[in-house]
Amino acid sequence: MTNETKQAQHENLDTLTRGIWRENPVFVMLLGLCPVLAVTNSVVNALAMGLATTFVLFMASTVVSLVRKLIPKQVRIACYILVIATFVTVVDYLLQAISFEVHRALGAFIALIVVNCAILGRSEAFASKNNVGKSMLDALGFGGGFTIACLCMGGVREVLGAGTFAGIPLFGPSFAGWSIMILPGGAFFVLGAWLLLFNWLRERKERAEKFTGTSFENRETSKDLGT
Amino acid sequence: MAQATGDMENNQQTPQPIIPEDTTTGTTMVLTMGLIGLACAILIVLTYQSTQATIEENKARFLEKAIFEVLPNTTGKVTYAAEHGALGQMPAGKQAEMEYYAGYNDRQQLTGIAIPAEGPGFQDIVRILYGYAPACRCIVGMKVLESKETPGLGTKIETDPVFLKNFETLDVRLTPDGNAIANPIVLVKPRQKENPWEIDAISGATISSQAIADILQASTADAVPLIEKNLDTLTR
Repeated sequence: MTNETKQAQHENLDTLTRGIWRENPVFVMLLGLCPVLAVTNSVVNALAMGLATTFVLFMASTVVSLVRKLIPKQVRIACYILVIATFVTVVDYLLQAISFEVHRALGAFIALIVVNCAILGRSEAFASKNNVGKSMLDALGFGGGFTIACLCMGGVREVLGAGTFAGIPLFGPSFAGWSIMILPGGAFFVLGAWLLLFNWLRERKERAEKFTGTSFENRETSKDLGT
Repeated sequence: MAQATGDMENNQQTPQPIIPEDTTTGTTMVLTMGLIGLACAILIVLTYQSTQATIEENKARFLEKAIFEVLPNTTGKVTYAAEHGALGQMPAGKQAEMEYYAGYNDRQQLTGIAIPAEGPGFQDIVRILYGYAPACRCIVGMKVLESKETPGLGTKIETDPVFLKNFETLDVRLTPDGNAIANPIVLVKPRQKENPWEIDAISGATISSQAIADILQASTADAVPLIEKNLDTLTR
């Protein structure tokens, strides 16, 4: 295996994994918080929202990457929104056909995926500048990261608020749920706790790298953000 | 003078940074957006057409499940529609604006009528289905079909067992002339219920509980007299 092939594989792996952990859209970039705070009151809702968003992100990134050279830059944002809104409508119909109950539970938040800035952000910052393969990997990584974040939120909130995990009772009938956890207000507390954990882990890693001589700041963590 | 001319020539020869001229015309932009819009529209129509049958099936299945939930001991149903103050059986495959679902048990006896109703909730329209049993002249079940109430608070109208217990025998008897409800349904404070036509509110979801009480009050005022007048048609 040549060095170039190895480097390309490493780059692809990096493209796929950075959205999951290092540049997680929710816990690191704080993008798309509206659905994360609103619908992650149970594990099933969180999983459905995460998968629906991943589908839209994946399809929108693929299409935007395919037609990136054909779209004039003056109308690119309008075109991206058109593509994203189309796939949101598609996922809305599909979800109604696959699980009517879950669609009822998610309510208006399926339609609101259109305005999830994580999706438009990836289309503008990555898919419009990279080839289809890389864009698909990037979308899968960021979609996975978003789904994992939703599950982290939904898991904690359902366990503390309702005493169940994915509908399975954990503490018996005498458990009194912590209702604030199911409400949007509780989502802020849980998100705050997760951010605290993520920042603590990052600082700990930074300290360890400084100690061993490699600087954390030298790592290119957001070169594709365009910021 | 000669030096000045020389300077001008030198300036003219200095390479200028090349900025590519944007040649995109308005027509190109409109065409691009139009084509993308057309492709998107085709995709949406294809998805709609391929999923519509399944979605309708899911909705019908959900409604049917709700009918059997609000009418205990029911094994079969017949759909009726109101026309000029009379209930008539709906032919299969047809739909009416307001439908009534008569439920029957194994012995083909009328167990009750499931009635859809709707009204404004805390955030949006709340759609419910409730079961009216002519035998006890009371409501015997209620299920929320569609609501966008606050998760964890307003949604308790769907899940709170104490609240749902209100609808196991909620009195909706008619006045002696049979044209109005003798005691219209009212909402009372939590655990203050004294009469069979009162509904205990949910603490923390008063507006949503009030919405259910208002919907039932309005719907029963029309539906119960109509059903009682057409009871012979419904009883097989």
